[in-house]
Amino acid sequence: MSYLSLGKLKKRFKNEVVLDGASLDVERGETVVVFGPSGCGKTVLLRLIAGINEPDSGTVHIAGQEVTYLAPEHRDVGMAFQNFALYPHLSAFDNIASPLSARGVARGEIERRVHEVAGLLKIDHVLHHLPKALSNGQKQRTSLGRALAGNPGVLLLDDPLRNVDAKLRYEMRLELPRVLKAFETTVIYVTQDYKEAMALGDRVAVLMGGGFRQVDRPASIYKDPDGTDVARLFGDPTVNLVPGTIEGGTVTALGARFPLAVSLADGPCQIAIRPESITVTLDEATSAGATPVDLGIGEDTHAVPVELDAVTPLNVRAVMLLRTADGRELLATCSEDEASRLPRGHGRGHAHIRAADLLLFDPAGRRVRPGERQ
Amino acid sequence: MQRQTVIGRGVRVVLLTLVGLFFLFPIFWVLLMSFQTNQDILRIPPSLVFTPTLENYGALISGRLESTAGVLEIRFMNNLMNSVILAVSSVALSLLLGIPAAYAFARFKFRLGEDIAFTLLSFRFAPPLLVLLPLALYFQQMGLIDTYIGLIWVYQLITLPLILWIVRGYFEDISEDIEHAYRLDGNGWFKTFTRIAIPLAKPGIAAATLLSFIFAWNNFVFALILASADKQPVTVGALAFVTASGIQYGQIAASIVLSVTPTLLLALYAQRYLVEGLSLGAVKG
Repeated sequence: MSYLSLGKLKKRFKNEVVLDGASLDVERGETVVVFGPSGCGKTVLLRLIAGINEPDSGTVHIAGQEVTYLAPEHRDVGMAFQNFALYPHLSAFDNIASPLSARGVARGEIERRVHEVAGLLKIDHVLHHLPKALSNGQKQRTSLGRALAGNPGVLLLDDPLRNVDAKLRYEMRLELPRVLKAFETTVIYVTQDYKEAMALGDRVAVLMGGGFRQVDRPASIYKDPDGTDVARLFGDPTVNLVPGTIEGGTVTALGARFPLAVSLADGPCQIAIRPESITVTLDEATSAGATPVDLGIGEDTHAVPVELDAVTPLNVRAVMLLRTADGRELLATCSEDEASRLPRGHGRGHAHIRAADLLLFDPAGRRVRPGERQ
Repeated sequence: MQRQTVIGRGVRVVLLTLVGLFFLFPIFWVLLMSFQTNQDILRIPPSLVFTPTLENYGALISGRLESTAGVLEIRFMNNLMNSVILAVSSVALSLLLGIPAAYAFARFKFRLGEDIAFTLLSFRFAPPLLVLLPLALYFQQMGLIDTYIGLIWVYQLITLPLILWIVRGYFEDISEDIEHAYRLDGNGWFKTFTRIAIPLAKPGIAAATLLSFIFAWNNFVFALILASADKQPVTVGALAFVTASGIQYGQIAASIVLSVTPTLLLALYAQRYLVEGLSLGAVKG
């Protein structure tokens, strides 16, 4: 059995079913990111693992032992709360030392461990401050330090970067994997930011509609989402969803006909196209003599005439808003470099899409896997 | 802060002085009276110029009141002691019972919980005289009349609801996650209650203690009916100054000064807990 095992957890509050048979297995030392839209029950899931709430039915096993109804203090679980939940009357040092002193660790050992954790989190210099004297970032690190100090078997992180500013979030996203690796602990990390999920998770578990929709490595979920809902949620800018029709080994969408590598039953379908799979050329450039190949576009692409409506630079990437002939909006991305060659305003051009980049779903939104593509 | 003009500051000082005078004047006047003889007090028009005397305080402390009609025994010091015993033990008992109860009402949802809490509060709006007569009869049968225990028990009607409801509000304001975090650190619920919940509710506990102490100290009617002379607090004991030979205003003033002092000192001491906003900045809202 895996180190942390959730079996068919169900939980309802009043008349609202939050979790409806959520099952998940996490190996020792693994970091699993629980990812989902707000209100999908991520925090409730953590509280069931921590023992703050009890499930209506289902089981929680930690290290092979059933703990479903065990009090939180006996579970060997550490948790960093979204609102930090520091003890306001204790200094940062005593906050971090709390799990150690609860276990009766000797004073000298506590000092050593707290300073070690604080060093790792770079909050050595504020250990004697009360929480109200700490900045948000320091509070967040202190709360993380407290969760880590007891070296718990399972570490639960409830969207710890939610309440810190963008710069700090970026910093912590880079730093956290290193910190977590240093403790070799099993981590459940809750977030609704797909970038965090990509950066931190060994695996990502997408929580939706009361259960786990897809559990896989982050890159796999991005490349191969199980449903249109997962595809839409996982990725920024959002994936393009367009209707299409399968007919005789080809799929028609956006007025272009794409060949299919395998045969699928004829009928309507939905197609998702990641913004970065769309390459945009403007008519002026191609009419000036450059061929699509010159512009780095493969020969198996299919061109869809579009109108470029807007270009929005976002950090290193730029997002383009395109409009097809039938008025459908598409998002595409490219590097800022390429974007600088595009006009700021309108322009006529083509969106080039490779058949291999199409993700096919049935009309209900479930994935249609054409087996090996390409 | 904005810089104030000299005129603005002056107006503020004058206004504050006026308000202060208005509220403090009765206390000031009583303080003056306590150093005057009955003749000085009853002089018309009243005057601020008089020869101060410690006669009143002397009479109270020695317990002998010498008047034109002869020597009268008064038990003021004994009454003061009774007040201290009654108020302190009632509040202590209420804290002991009320704080855990307040915590339970704040944190746990149980059947009839709200109803029980409200019933306790409703003790505060029943007029005491309504319950006093039956209570006196019961107390007589149970042998509780004219005992400290009986009075302290009845005083719970005043102190317990107050402490319960004020402290409950403070417990409810503490983020539950703080307590959950402490449990996850490996501490049981009782340690969480004593190490986290109580310290964080300290300003509320201080406020409730002070208020209930004042209410208990100032209670008159329970002790009047349920206690005889040797168990009576100062509030009832002051009646003794209305003597056959006249009302002893000087002694009444002195006894007011002496009986207000403990409450005043407690208020001054509790003040720093009242303003201490401990939970500020601990939880991101």
